[in-house]
Amino acid sequence: MLGLFLVVSLLLGGLLAPWLLLDDPTEINLPERLLSPSMTHPLGTDHLGRDTFSRVIHGGRMTLLAAITTLALSMTIALTVGIVSGYHGGWLDTALMGIVDLLLAFPSLILALAVAGALGPGLLNVLLAAGAVWWVGHARIIRAVTLGARQMEYVMSARVTGAGNLRIILRHIAPNIIGPIVVIASLDVGWIILGIAGLNFLGLGAQPPTPEWGAMLNDARPHLQTAPRLLLIPGAAIFLAVLGFNLLGDGLRDLLDPRTMQTPG
Amino acid sequence: MGAYLIRRLATLPLLLLGISAASFALLNLAPGDPAEIVLRQRNPAQLPSSAEVAAMRIELGLDAPLPVQYTRWVSRALAGDLGQSYVTEQPVAAQLARRTVPTALLTAAALALALLVAVPIGILSARRRGSSLDAVARLAALVGAAAPSYALAYGLIILFAVKLSWLPALGYGSAAQMILPAAALSLAPMAQLMRLIRASMLETLGQDYIRTARAKGLSEQTVATGHALRNALLPVIGAMGVHLGYLLSGAVIVETIFTWPGLGQLIVGAALTRDYPVVQGFVTYIAVVVLLVNLVADVALRVADPRLRFGRGERFRF
Repeated sequence: MLGLFLVVSLLLGGLLAPWLLLDDPTEINLPERLLSPSMTHPLGTDHLGRDTFSRVIHGGRMTLLAAITTLALSMTIALTVGIVSGYHGGWLDTALMGIVDLLLAFPSLILALAVAGALGPGLLNVLLAAGAVWWVGHARIIRAVTLGARQMEYVMSARVTGAGNLRIILRHIAPNIIGPIVVIASLDVGWIILGIAGLNFLGLGAQPPTPEWGAMLNDARPHLQTAPRLLLIPGAAIFLAVLGFNLLGDGLRDLLDPRTMQTPG
Repeated sequence: MGAYLIRRLATLPLLLLGISAASFALLNLAPGDPAEIVLRQRNPAQLPSSAEVAAMRIELGLDAPLPVQYTRWVSRALAGDLGQSYVTEQPVAAQLARRTVPTALLTAAALALALLVAVPIGILSARRRGSSLDAVARLAALVGAAAPSYALAYGLIILFAVKLSWLPALGYGSAAQMILPAAALSLAPMAQLMRLIRASMLETLGQDYIRTARAKGLSEQTVATGHALRNALLPVIGAMGVHLGYLLSGAVIVETIFTWPGLGQLIVGAALTRDYPVVQGFVTYIAVVVLLVNLVADVALRVADPRLRFGRGERFRF
């Protein structure tokens, strides 16, 4: 329940951010820099006088958008590879799963760092990098589900009645995959938020003045001594968002079929 | 065992070739001309002319076709030469070697800390399933898994270095300087290991031979430590390779925060400046390390668990 509450508040804040009559998250106001929390600035202001509360809410919007984009990207790759591998089988399966094994052994953040380093700094590049490394574990699960479904008798009978491959995949195999995907996706959002905020924190992603939690942490580094609040607030925001999605994902997993699940990571 | 080891060792070069080729292709497919990036790094004040860029391309050997460049790189890498950094113009291999020790120290300390906490608590949590201790431990694991290492690191710095002044916040060299980074790095693997150990202990405690041991009249303590623990720890050995990966990923961030002069700092700097030879050398180096650790973990698992030696030879997966 706590998970649902955290996720819903994040979603609401993210969706409504532009209409909440908040201060402009990027407007610089030097006379009001590093103010402590007050009525006008509930969480104070940062080193450029920007309202921290507004930046956290807008940052949540940015974080959500980034996580969803990454999720969509990695799921598309995972679905394609998993279904092709499980359905086609044979040499293609061996080759694809060989690549998957190789990538699984590799630390994902370092891989994403290498991809982001190759593409150059920028939020979009970070999303591409995260999406490009995040699909690997899921492809394996989707392959296993596809493989199981393919051997079902209803798939056999569909084939006998003359259904083509595409039709069999869409009508008879896909419904089996939806359950696991929902669970994987919800468990994943938390990890993706952590990863993307990490890359942004390292300075590879969102560039100033974009309000983004990881970038806000990075921005606040010089003010560790004078205004630790500026580090603690985005840190807490990331933590609560990740905790929310993890709790929600755990709940969904218990609710739906637990058989095909693995620990993500 | 011998045949297994040979088979595994034989696939290593293939895997390495695959990884190095992939990272090579990635860096070369990326937008931007490395020669131009180098010139801009060395002289940020002015844009390089196209003649300068062309000269630099030849100097860096970038004028050759890609397959030629790649074979050149591999044959040099086999001789231990990973090229030179575009930025510092130092040999990549020497930089990697110099930075390995700090990272190894940090990850070893963090892993030891994680195991020291996770093993006893995971076992207790499983043995007293449903107790308040179990509830607290599970909650702590959930919270620990969600805590971003970077936020945690700053929390530790603010508390122990800024407010209490107990420990140094930054730097490298003394044991005291290692406490905070190791603690920040160990939390995530600690939480995951605790969940893993708890689950594995619970599964083991439900086995028939445990019931037999209990029926023999052995004390619960003897059953848990003498019979169950040995099997319950097997997945932990199997997961070591994976956890090394997590630790290395985490070290990238923790090292940056604590100005720890390790591999993580090197790769972040290289990624930010697009220092391709360093990124390429680093990826290959980490691949070697991770593959070797996975191999050692698998072999250790086979030594510890004779069942695997006669089974279908499948790898442990989680």
